Amino acid sequence: MDIKSLKNYLYWLYCQFELITCSYLMEPWEKLLFYTFNITMLVMVLYTAYIFVPVHISTAFQFFLHLLGNQHENTVSVVK
Amino acid sequence: MANPSAVCNGHLHHHHQKQNNLLKSGIYKKNGITKGMKKNGVSNGTLHKKTITEHFEQAPMYVAVLTFLGFGVGTIFGYLRDFMRAWGLEKRNVAAEREQQKDFVPLYQDFENFYTRNLYMRIRDNWNRPICSVPGPQFDLMERVTDDYNWTFRFTGRTIKNVINMGSYNYLGFAETDVNALKTVTIELQKYGTGICSTRQEMGSLDKHVELEKLVAKFLGVEDAMVFGMGFATNSMNIPALVGKGCLILSDELNHTSLVLGARLSGATIRIFKHNNMQSLEKLLRDAIIYGQPRSRRAWRKILILVEGIYSMEGSIVRLPEIVFLKKKYKAYLYLDEAHSIGAVGATGRGVVEYFGMSPDDVDVLMGTFTKSFGAAGGYIAGKKDLVDFLRTHSHSAVYATSMCPPVAEQIIRAMKCLMGLDGTTQGLQRVRQLGKNTRYFRRRLHEMGFIIYGNDDSPVVPLLLYMPGKIGAFARRMLEKNIGVVVVGFPATPITESRARFCVSAAHTREMLDTVLNALDELGDFLHLKYSRYSKSSHPELYEETRLELED
Repeated sequence: MDIKSLKNYLYWLYCQFELITCSYLMEPWEKLLFYTFNITMLVMVLYTAYIFVPVHISTAFQFFLHLLGNQHENTVSVVK
Repeated sequence: MANPSAVCNGHLHHHHQKQNNLLKSGIYKKNGITKGMKKNGVSNGTLHKKTITEHFEQAPMYVAVLTFLGFGVGTIFGYLRDFMRAWGLEKRNVAAEREQQKDFVPLYQDFENFYTRNLYMRIRDNWNRPICSVPGPQFDLMERVTDDYNWTFRFTGRTIKNVINMGSYNYLGFAETDVNALKTVTIELQKYGTGICSTRQEMGSLDKHVELEKLVAKFLGVEDAMVFGMGFATNSMNIPALVGKGCLILSDELNHTSLVLGARLSGATIRIFKHNNMQSLEKLLRDAIIYGQPRSRRAWRKILILVEGIYSMEGSIVRLPEIVFLKKKYKAYLYLDEAHSIGAVGATGRGVVEYFGMSPDDVDVLMGTFTKSFGAAGGYIAGKKDLVDFLRTHSHSAVYATSMCPPVAEQIIRAMKCLMGLDGTTQGLQRVRQLGKNTRYFRRRLHEMGFIIYGNDDSPVVPLLLYMPGKIGAFARRMLEKNIGVVVVGFPATPITESRARFCVSAAHTREMLDTVLNALDELGDFLHLKYSRYSKSSHPELYEETRLELED
């Protein structure tokens, strides 16, 4: 796809963000504060996700495997 | 006498009847309005002689959520800025309590004040723009810039020429500088000067005022009329003369401030009914009749219904037939403010009364302004002779306010004569028709583009919903960049989630101007993402060609 229309679309999205959050109306230092805050939050969310999501996914995976009958041998023996 | 009805020949018998009525009211009673109307096939027993098509489309849910998000961010930063002002980190530019009075009841603290200081101030450059020409279909703006984020402005000395004016209430285009048209006004100015510094009850009554009052009464088809120098005061000073303590006012929730002020000043009990909602009005009327005044349970002395012809923020037209029906059923009085509708609707520009094909006698107090359609200033009250005579002696506007400036009176007379065809041309009628055409074209195109617009299809006030606070500023600024002047309206004047831009279509707008505006709107609507309408496009068939043909004839 051509880069230009993508660039225009991204610019449009950015403008929409500015208009909706009122940051279009802010003074430069307020904008800086607002964006710093937003980016910090975003980075923290992403970092948290990076740390915890793999662990959670593997735990969930184990759990579902367990439900679907791939039990460990010792559990099976207990039932017997 | 026969002239006006002869000129507006396309328009109907009931105007004719009005004229008869004016002359010999005995015959009128004998004939009866229903009989006369039936003969001509206008009235057929139902209240709706007209199908009312009004749109109040709801925006999708996410729009409201995002609007509140925007206001939320704005409010948080507002509190931050207020905090900084309180701690001296930022200069205070607004009025504040004096240091010696800091323990007194605060004078300058409420939510609207917070809002003005922290949100409105950011987009203040879009309001109160100084102009330096006649506010016709195009005007010149004085360019101004700000160095401190809209707290103060300075002029650059340049002017922005030929900005298309979509904001003035110049419905019929009588705000003009044509020398020939204004010849009589110039003569009157030289003859009378600019004004006489006295009231109507003292030395301020001139023959010009009497002439104007007679003409207004004739134009509206009523017994008598009185004119005032200020439209706002016409409402706010005459309502207290009509009702007082022990009376009940039923007021539409979207009534203009002047009506609200008048109602409050009168000391009467005020109850609000939902905008144009007849069930709500009837319920209030019935309750008022059944229960009477609170505690004492005495009957109300008078019940006055306050409504406007066209609501300037919604573009809706009052449901007059139903209101008149209710008023007669419950024996209440009706006060109709035709500020925006006089000249702007009706086949010959006689306002909503004519629009619904009703008799002006159905309305007890007809009020209107000359500020809008007539390109002048002031207001009138018209109705029965005893009503007007009562107001002449009791209205504060008549007793204390200076009388209308004679050249202004002459401008109104000129415009009204033009509208009635008394100047020997059909220009006035053409203007009314042109306004109707422009209105329908503009509204239809906006619908087709997918904007949410409010109001009646015949109303020249066209509100276009913007919703988000950020978009108000962006919209007005970008329109000005495209050389189009628009009016945007935000919170205190509208509900908080329904910020809007308001266009006022004029008969003086040419098709090219409207197309320029529409194209700009189309482009901007995509950029700002304003096209929220969920009506399917197929319900608006393409009618361009048909209309073009119609307009060329």
